[in-house]
Amino acid sequence: MGTRKIGSGQTATRKAIFTARRRHILEGYLYLSPWLLGFVALFAGPAAASLALSFTRYTVPSTPAFTGLGNYVEALTADPQFWPSLWKTLYYAGVSVPLGVAGSLGLALFLNVKVKGTSFFRTLFFLPSLVPVVAAAVLWTWLLQPDWGLLALLLSRIGIQSPRWFGSPEWAIPALIGLALWSSLGGSRMIIFLAGLQGVPDELYDAASIDGAGSWGRFRHVTVPMITPTIFFNLVLGIIGALQVFTPAFVSTGGGPAYATWFYALHIYKTAFQYFDMGYASALAWMLAVLIIFLTWVQFKTAGFWVYYGGEK
Amino acid sequence: MQGSVSATPRIGAAQATHRRATLAVFTYVVLLGLGIAFAYPFLWTVGTSLKTQQETYAFPPSLLPAVPQWGNYAEAWAAHPVGRWILNSVIVVLGALPGGIITATLVAYSFARFDYPGRDVFFMVVLGTMMLPFEVTLIPQYLLFHRLGWVDTYLPLVVPSWAGGGAFAIFLLRQFFMTIPREFDDAALLDGANSLQVLWWIIVPLSRPALVALFILGFLGHWNDFLGPLVYLNKMGMFTIAVGLRFFQHFPEVIAKMEHLLMAVTVMMSLPSIVLFFVGQRFFVKGIVLSGLKL
Repeated sequence: MGTRKIGSGQTATRKAIFTARRRHILEGYLYLSPWLLGFVALFAGPAAASLALSFTRYTVPSTPAFTGLGNYVEALTADPQFWPSLWKTLYYAGVSVPLGVAGSLGLALFLNVKVKGTSFFRTLFFLPSLVPVVAAAVLWTWLLQPDWGLLALLLSRIGIQSPRWFGSPEWAIPALIGLALWSSLGGSRMIIFLAGLQGVPDELYDAASIDGAGSWGRFRHVTVPMITPTIFFNLVLGIIGALQVFTPAFVSTGGGPAYATWFYALHIYKTAFQYFDMGYASALAWMLAVLIIFLTWVQFKTAGFWVYYGGEK
Repeated sequence: MQGSVSATPRIGAAQATHRRATLAVFTYVVLLGLGIAFAYPFLWTVGTSLKTQQETYAFPPSLLPAVPQWGNYAEAWAAHPVGRWILNSVIVVLGALPGGIITATLVAYSFARFDYPGRDVFFMVVLGTMMLPFEVTLIPQYLLFHRLGWVDTYLPLVVPSWAGGGAFAIFLLRQFFMTIPREFDDAALLDGANSLQVLWWIIVPLSRPALVALFILGFLGHWNDFLGPLVYLNKMGMFTIAVGLRFFQHFPEVIAKMEHLLMAVTVMMSLPSIVLFFVGQRFFVKGIVLSGLKL
């Protein structure tokens, strides 16, 4: 009798643990469900749909007609704007991301010096990223206006003829890069760097000082390795973002002059929402996706050589 | 140098103080220079918003107007339905921002505190969604919302926010929640709290910095969003202020030049963001420091 009682007690406990575990799993899924629903309805579903559409000729409001790889072949061989827009986007990303990441890190380093009033400067640096993009674009076209703009005035003082910036095919992308740097250097990327810098334990600096490291030595051998994960984070997100560059060019140049700022994302947008050629636009979008996934994969594969996780992972 | 510090500590200390003072002065000079460079275009915006139309194109350009034209603000307000556009932006922010924060909190809680089959795979998928360019999902989403009759409503700008608030928000909060000791949860659970009460009474109060950071980023994201309203809103009366601003942009031969009015609206539109950032920045930085963003 007694043993049976204990036995049934154990079963009851096991049952209770089992129920608690089931409940735990159920609750986990329940809290996950908003994302899961959104993922299926707004992400995986649409992504699959656009992949399917990319194999069709589908000009709204007609019905999609299967064309196999036709859209991809057309893009790679016949579309006069495909390769130019891709090169322009890579040029823009290749210049703006390294400069942007290095610049934000530089600003964060100065803000991280322990002096009074840094929160005031933090706000000053952050100001440009608060300016709406339409206004920033107009502001920038003014400052760079080649005849009466502020920069032209400054350049003429030192005897340089201002380039025509947004009006010239060679200078339009550099002008857009300047705009992007102004509005993003002090933005959330700088804050993320600042956070990374503040997360470096003081003991490491003390230890380095005791070992005879000067300020450059501390920067080179403590700060830099400790923030490589932050640099990596900003680099990965920066490249993903820069390859999708759209709004500044759309607002300030509309892709001109003479297609000079016709970035890849602009090409997709105009194909989809001005010519309503949804099938072709989907193929364009997927090729960009493959490029971004590939570049991100390469970065993760090479991260081991230079990103320091301090024993984690 | 280092040897002399330990040999003659007094001189070493004096040197260190001197060095620190030099560093502080140097830092201030650099910060001030950079601060002016960064703020100058914005000051230009404020200055221009108070100029007459002629002054806008004066050469050489000057930062400040001869006489501040405060009337520009009233004129800008009247030139287009600016009040209505601002109201529309407020509607979108009020609809979307709480959704993003609430659902990101729930989802991050699931990743940080629950253990179930597939959890780590789902988390990798969340991070992976950051990689897929928005253009891939934009077109089918547009077709979907079009079929649902949601085009020219605020639903496409609001509803997606209620689905987890985006990968970055989930990631940031999950990292932050992981830094909170589980013993706190266990204590509350022993006292008979359920998991939702643990979230509300333990996790959320301790995560205020990260939540403030997301609040600021979310506000800026929705307030300044350009592409969403551009794609989904076609009626002028429905526009948000970020898109409405384009009507003040210079269209040669179509509309009179009104950049000074554009700048006045810009100042009005930027004010809430500036105040929010200035008030919340301490938490903002702390929120990101403590979650230790790493990929």
